[in-house]
This record gives sequence, structure tokens and C-alpha cells, in this order.
Amino acid sequence: MSFEQQLQQYPQQEIHELVRNATPQRIEQALHRPRLSMEDFAALLSPQLTDDQLEAMANRAHKITKQRFGRTILLYAPLYLSNECHNGCKYCGFSADNHLPRKTLSLDEVEREAKLLRDQGFRHMLLLTGEAPEAAGIDYLETAIKTMKHHCGSVSIEVFPMDTNGYKRMVDAGVDGLTLYQETYDPDLYRQLHPYGPKSDYSYRLAAPERAGEAGMRRIGVGALLGLGDCLTDVFYTGLHALYLARKFWRTQVTISFPRMRPAEGGYQPNSIVSDRQLTQFICALRLLIPDAGLILSTRESSELRDNLLPLGITQMSAGSCTAPGGYGDDDHESEQFAISDERSPAEMEALLRARGYDPVWKDWDSAFLNEAS
Amino acid sequence: MQLKINGQNREFDHQLSISGLLQQLQLAPERVVIELNTKILTAEAHETLLNDGDTLEIIQFVGGG
Amino acid sequence: MDKLVIAGREFNSRLMVGTGKFASNQAMVDAMENSGSEIVTVALRRVDIDSPEDSLLSHIDPNRYLLLPNTSGARDAEEAIRLARLARAAGCEPWVKLEVTPDPYYLLPDPVETLKAAEVLVKEGFIVLPYMPADPVLARHLEEAGTATVMPLGAPIGTNRGIRTRDLISIIIEQSGVPVVVDAGLGAPSHAAEAMEMGADAVLVNTALADTPDPAAMGRAFKKGVEAGREAYLAGLGPQRDKAEASSPLTGFLRD
Repeated sequence: MSFEQQLQQYPQQEIHELVRNATPQRIEQALHRPRLSMEDFAALLSPQLTDDQLEAMANRAHKITKQRFGRTILLYAPLYLSNECHNGCKYCGFSADNHLPRKTLSLDEVEREAKLLRDQGFRHMLLLTGEAPEAAGIDYLETAIKTMKHHCGSVSIEVFPMDTNGYKRMVDAGVDGLTLYQETYDPDLYRQLHPYGPKSDYSYRLAAPERAGEAGMRRIGVGALLGLGDCLTDVFYTGLHALYLARKFWRTQVTISFPRMRPAEGGYQPNSIVSDRQLTQFICALRLLIPDAGLILSTRESSELRDNLLPLGITQMSAGSCTAPGGYGDDDHESEQFAISDERSPAEMEALLRARGYDPVWKDWDSAFLNEAS
Repeated sequence: MQLKINGQNREFDHQLSISGLLQQLQLAPERVVIELNTKILTAEAHETLLNDGDTLEIIQFVGGG
Repeated sequence: MDKLVIAGREFNSRLMVGTGKFASNQAMVDAMENSGSEIVTVALRRVDIDSPEDSLLSHIDPNRYLLLPNTSGARDAEEAIRLARLARAAGCEPWVKLEVTPDPYYLLPDPVETLKAAEVLVKEGFIVLPYMPADPVLARHLEEAGTATVMPLGAPIGTNRGIRTRDLISIIIEQSGVPVVVDAGLGAPSHAAEAMEMGADAVLVNTALADTPDPAAMGRAFKKGVEAGREAYLAGLGPQRDKAEASSPLTGFLRD
């Protein structure tokens, strides 16, 4: 069964009511379940969750995370290769509707940016592009990866969705991770927010993580852009999606991100603002649903909140990020996708993690482990 | 006609069908399953005539966990 | 109680029983009836043509029980596949409890041959319930091959020693996308309850019911054990507390 078929077994209206109407007793029951059913998970997302229950859930999430991951946080950095894009995503700084300087890094620039990140300590790099195949398509990515790969142990991509063969080419080029947000799992809202461009195809994007799994990608990350639509159902579907992938591609590690929209970002007014409390609840609930999932919190969030969420289930963080292509070498921040909030440097993050008793991990993977010549 | 049934050689005076054989052995056809020369037979094949030298396995359900 | 669903088919009982080793057919029927089970396993053997016995099937009501033939006796994949096909030819539904146990001393399942047989039988349209070592990676492989359940062993068959593989079965339960049936080694209703409390979807018992002076009473006792364990699991067991670690609340920052 494809994930899209599975999704149809969980109609949005029903799920919304299941989440919203969960009683404190039902939540209590879910909280004690050693293995959550999807109905339990729905209950844990409920706005009816009491402060005491949130604290209990946080304790369980903390304990599971410590048991599965120890006190480690993997540090990674985004590397924006291009902001050229044919999509008109209503909420995105790179939307084709926005007038901003468009840029795709030359191979020299790619090399320079990767070296700068390496000098800061990063060995896990996440390559990002918009969707403009003639400027930054699969061929470009292959060449760019070849150029920068010797600077890092692990390369992930957060780019346009590909067919299975495209993902195979990425895996062969040395990519071990994919991040691809569905943005929203609500197909009607999705259509409104992505009115034109290749991204307007909801189903093609939804099935992309499955294609990457078939292509042998070692890590696959999903997420919904929190604030676009009904966040209760979007987080539910994110959990369903992650669990589906974790079961079907059990050799692959599944990761989940929590990109939260902030008020009036890029001139776009989010449908709702997810509160810190809700974000905390979502992170803990997903940890309980999938004990082994990597949970990622980016520099979108404030330093204070990131510090507080650290013990609750987070396993990966970015640091010192810049969201404009070439932004590590240039001082040009005009062309960035979104403004970051936690502006601490990687060195500061490392010191903070150590002070809090965490081991900052710069590298936990290298394709050399596969005995490939690099 | 000689048949090998469940590992034992048996002599019969004249040619038999499967159902004839089961009758002679006092076995209810709906309670057993038969392999003829290592091929599993369906119930419809019970009128098949047996030939000299055929090997049969007659299997039934027994208790098991 | 909530229903057990295997391959789209619903069952009211989460207890499967085996039919081997009973002192008499009547004792077996008494145990089955009192257990409330809806799935009973049977084996295939050669008929003793010199003294044919009363058929087991004449004691089992096919409208009341799903007859689940096993492949016991098979020492490799090929033999197991042959037994499964024979069972189907005998008019059974295409359900099979796959067992491949080449080792005659502990009757431990062979993971390699079990997986091989499962792949073939699934392709032939069988609904395959494989008896397996409590190995989480093997469970992943079997699920990927398309089996309808996984059936990890609690302890070697017939030993009545309970769930000796507890930690591994916990992992299988956590990771499995198909029902987990704990099979073999469960000797007491408390063992069955323990499996169900852990979140197993069902259990299978045979020896514990057959090897007692009162199989009917033991059937009832296991029924209660399974139901108690399932109900406790659904209710949510209270957490086992150990010393608190955080000196301050983890979510206090939200209320500052």
C-alpha cells in the first residue's frame, strides 16, 4: 500500500475531531501506553492536554531519547546552492512571484562555502535548492556534490522531488540523506498554496520519500510547515508518514523536522501561530510515537527555546545557519529564504551543548565506511 | 498391481482408482489428501486410475501446535 | 474486547490453541471450547494404513474455528512449502502456520529456511503466520516478505518456561506493522497475561492445555489470562517509577 492510500484511511475531519475532543482520561491512557496506536498519538496532540500531562509526557520523551540516543546532538549546516525557482509557493521567500536577486552558486563558490563550513567544524551538510532544473537540476547537483563532498562526511539534500532514478543518482553521487517537507497534508490547501509550477502536483511530492527509500537513501526526513493549515492534523499526518516510512524502509533512519512559521514571514500571514507549548507537545508526542526517529530543530527557533527543548527529544540541530546562496562567504543576506532566529555561532553552540552535559556530534557517518573510494 | 503407499509396498488383484483404493483402505476421502508420484491431487482427480508401480502418500490432519 | 485482525479477518479471541498431545479428543475439544479460541492449529502426517484412526477433523467444527494447518516436521523450506500445499489441497483455507524446525532437540525455528519458505508461500497466495526466533531483524524481513503476522517464541516449544525472550519480543512489538503472536513456551495463564500486557496482539498455547489433568479448566484460565492482559494493556499500565532525574520540571519554561 502506498502512503497516499494509507492517508485516505484517515480522513481529515475525523482526525481533527479525534484530536480536538480527546478527554484528559483518554490522554492519560495514551500517555501510559508502551506502544502508541495512531489513536493514542492523536490523543497526545490534543489541546485538552493538561500541564501535568505535558510534564509527564516530556519526562517520558526525555527518558526514551536518552535511552535511544544518549546525550548526543548531531550538528549540521544548511548550504544553499540556488534560490532560482519556478514554483509560486505563497509562503516562501524564494517564490517566483518575489523579486529578489537570483543566484546559483558556481562550482568555485560551492567549494568555498563547503570549506567555510568545514572550518567551523561541520561534517554534516544539507544542500538546498529551489526548483529550476535548467539552473540547478540533477546534473548540477551531481557536479556540486562531487566538488564539495571531500569537505564532509555526510551530504543530505533538501531540493525538488525526483523520480526513483534521480534519487539513485543522488545516492550514487554520495548523498545519504533526504529532507522533503510535504508542507501541508491537506490536498485542497496544498493546491491553493502551490498554484503553479511543478510543485503543484501534491501526489508526486507525497510519494517522493517512498521513491527515495526505494533508491536506498539512508536517512529520510519529513515534516509539515507548521502554521500553514490545521497544525493538529498536519502533525498527525507527519507522524503517520514517518511511521509508514520507518516500517516500509526499515533499513533507513526516519527524521522529522518542526519548521514553524512565524508571524508575517516573507509577507505571508500564517493561518495560525503554533505556540511554544504546542511545539513542545508535538515534539514529545512524536518521540513517544517513534522512539528511534531523529528529531530536528533548526535555527528558525530562538536560542532560548532551543535550549529548553534540547532534553525533550531533539537529536539534531543546525547552527550558525545562513539561508541565502553563498551566504557564508558573502555578506549578502538580501536573498535569503527566511530569517533565522538563533544566531549563535557553531562554536558557541558546541560550548553550550557541552555545558549542558551533551556531546556535540559533528560527524557520525562517512561514505568511506562503505569502502568506497572518495 | 503393486503400489507404494506411505513407504510400504502393497499388492492389489486388479487396477483401482484413487477412490476405490480409499474405500478398500477404509479412509474417508474428504479427510485425507493424496500425493501421487509427488504430485498433489485435487478432490476432482479421485477417479484417476492407478498404475502398477505408482507411489502414493496419503496424508491426514492430526493434532499439532 | 477489541477485535484481533489478521489479513483483514476479524477474530474475537486473542488466544490461539494447538491440538497436539491431548490425552483424548474429548479433552482437546473441552480445552478448545473453554478457551474461547477461534483459531486452532493442526498438523499433517501420513495415515497409518494398517490401522487408520478416527480423523481429528471430525471433532473440530469448521464453522466455529479457523483451521490453521502448521508445517511441523519440516526441516527445510522445501518440505514446509510441500506441507502447506498439501494442507491447501485438503480443502483448508490458504492459511498456514509456517514452522521449520530442523533441530530435533529444542525444535528451534530455522530463520534462514523460514524466510525462504515465507517468500515462496506469500507469492503463492498463502496467508503466512511464521513461527520464528525472537529476532527483531528477522521479524522485519518476514514482514517485508508479506507475512500476515510474526510469531516469536517465548521459550522452546513445550517447555512451559514463560517469556524468556522478553526484551527481544518488546522490540518486535515496538517495530512490527503486523500482529505479533507470542508462540511457544507459555506454560501458565500469567505468562499469557504478561505477553498481552507487553502489547502482543495474541498468543498461541498448546502444551500448557494438553499437559494438565484438567484441560477444560486450563482453557478457561488461559482465556482469562489473555483477556486480563489485553485489558490491562488497553487501560494503560501505571509507569514503573524510578528515581526522578530532573531537579526542575522539564516544561517549566512554558509557564515562567
